[in-house]
Amino acid sequence: MSRKNTAGLTRPTLPKSFVSILTVLSIAIGFGLKQVGAVTTLPMALMLAALIYVVTQTGVSFAVEGKRFAFDRLATTSLYALFLAAAAPLFSLLWEVISRGYKVFDATFFSYSMKSASPLRPGGGAYHAILGTLEQVGIATLIAVPVGVLCALYLVEYSAGKRLPKAVSFFVDVMTGVPSVVTGLFIFTSVVLTLGLERSGFAAALALTILMMPVVIRTSEEMLRLVPNDLREASYALGIPKWKTIIKVVLPTAISGIITGVMLAVARVAGETAPLLLTTFLSQSINANPFKGPQAALPTFVWDQIASGTDPSMDRAWSGALTLILLVVLFYGLAKLIARYYAPKV
Amino acid sequence: MKADATSRRGDRIFNAITASSGIFVLVLMASIGGFLLVRALPAFTNNTGNFLTEVTWFPDQDPAKFGIAALAFGTIAAALIAMVIAVPVGIGTALFISFYAPKRIAGFMAFLIDLLAAVPSIIFGLWGLQFLMPHMFGLTSWLDKYLGFIPLFENRSDLYTKSLFIAGIVLAIMVLPTISAISREVFKQVPRNHIEAALALGSTRWEMIKMAVLPYGRSGMISASMLGLGRALGETIAVALILSALFEINIHITEPGGTTFAANIALKWNEAGSNGLAALIASGLVLFLITLTVNSIARAVIARRKEFTG
Repeated sequence: MSRKNTAGLTRPTLPKSFVSILTVLSIAIGFGLKQVGAVTTLPMALMLAALIYVVTQTGVSFAVEGKRFAFDRLATTSLYALFLAAAAPLFSLLWEVISRGYKVFDATFFSYSMKSASPLRPGGGAYHAILGTLEQVGIATLIAVPVGVLCALYLVEYSAGKRLPKAVSFFVDVMTGVPSVVTGLFIFTSVVLTLGLERSGFAAALALTILMMPVVIRTSEEMLRLVPNDLREASYALGIPKWKTIIKVVLPTAISGIITGVMLAVARVAGETAPLLLTTFLSQSINANPFKGPQAALPTFVWDQIASGTDPSMDRAWSGALTLILLVVLFYGLAKLIARYYAPKV
Repeated sequence: MKADATSRRGDRIFNAITASSGIFVLVLMASIGGFLLVRALPAFTNNTGNFLTEVTWFPDQDPAKFGIAALAFGTIAAALIAMVIAVPVGIGTALFISFYAPKRIAGFMAFLIDLLAAVPSIIFGLWGLQFLMPHMFGLTSWLDKYLGFIPLFENRSDLYTKSLFIAGIVLAIMVLPTISAISREVFKQVPRNHIEAALALGSTRWEMIKMAVLPYGRSGMISASMLGLGRALGETIAVALILSALFEINIHITEPGGTTFAANIALKWNEAGSNGLAALIASGLVLFLITLTVNSIARAVIARRKEFTG
């Protein structure tokens, strides 16, 4: 009698080994069909194996465990598959960039410009483009960081119960979504057409500034909000004015997070292409002066090499892409290091 | 004692400095619209075609004739294809990372998806052009062969490259991390006791998600998708590299052709004369207004949600 009761309390479940056995079995069938010649390519064999897995598992589970649990298993499998589908492009992309990019990723690439190189032949490098990118991103950082951090301070420290900060906050969010090509158009219409400056590396840097600002503001704001109010109040209690409290207490506490945010913003704009195309002319030679004449940058270098379309220029494009990815990784790494170095020692 | 903590001179100055940088943001947003509008006006007065319905793009001809019909179609079509793929995959990935992945590696998986957002768009374009496009032949020709009776998938040209379909797939990969990251944030806020109550009542994990997570996160997922849409609408370089930039309205999405607002600006910029530039600026203004609307709605939905949950 008691035995029957416990049996009624547990539901029939598939054994744990079912999943692994079925996985091995369906992959084996998939490869078997490929050997026989029923399917031709590896991706198709794998897709077939996945299909066999899903159908069998759902069917067996439906028969043994019932509809609800069969559906749960189906959902689990589907979500695993969706994650793999989302992660696959990343690995494919990294693999392609590395395996195609290493070909001309050498000393020549880092020490020469394209000035005397032919698009049809190997040779030439991206020195001019790397220089341009560093200068443009540097200028953008110099402008965007002070303005961005001050704006974040306004939103966090001076916003209590006012309308204006709410509007600013809303438009900072909206600004995050402004397409990069529109910022290029804006700088072209305002700085180049209206103020009469020439198209230059500086104009490009201004467009990048607009793209950096909302990222700097948002991350700084988040970091400033994490500063405990006790610290502020302790400072006020000692009779220290609010502005001094902000500079001496609030900012140093949040600085590591703010710098991390800045580096992430730098990594984001370093790869921007569209605003540069509109605000500076493509250049094949070294120009260290961002205020005068056309200046190259890594993204536009890649764009230009793709446009040439020959085999050697495609090699250069992939190497440019690899350099760009390494640059982004470098900024991320620096962000981590700086965050650790400046972490508040409390 | 002549001053309290808020009326000291130093404080007033500092307040003014920070406030002015806040106001600077507002001025900047307004002047983006303003400058584009002023510089676009000459294009409207010279245009002999209807700006909204004209398909061709000849702004530098005499008489000038151009319109945004083809651009609008291409932009919306590519963005819709991207959303059809990216919304389920993005939300699915977020669900997987939040509720299914083993806790120890969930953080790493989230990092992987976020890494996709760090890849510059020119590299997506290069990858799409050189790797994805040749590998898409199998899928697109299969769609044509077996689903070709649907006009959308019919391919009359035997060419399967440089299509809106491929551009849409690349866009989907690019906006996926946005949708996934914001959905994850929303799922993180689902009240723990809703989840545990559902599980305690004997629901399976999927039933728990259906009953506790998805209803709570609906508005958040909608705004995540709209932010992704905003990004897809404005994406330039990847699309410019992949599409073959034809001014036509062609619903056969696997055939070569199509162009978008942003891609058209990048491709036509250096060959445009003065009226051509004005026309491109006008199309940029339209793009700005569209993305502004989409993003504002998305942000407003999020903001309203915050007020509910306090």
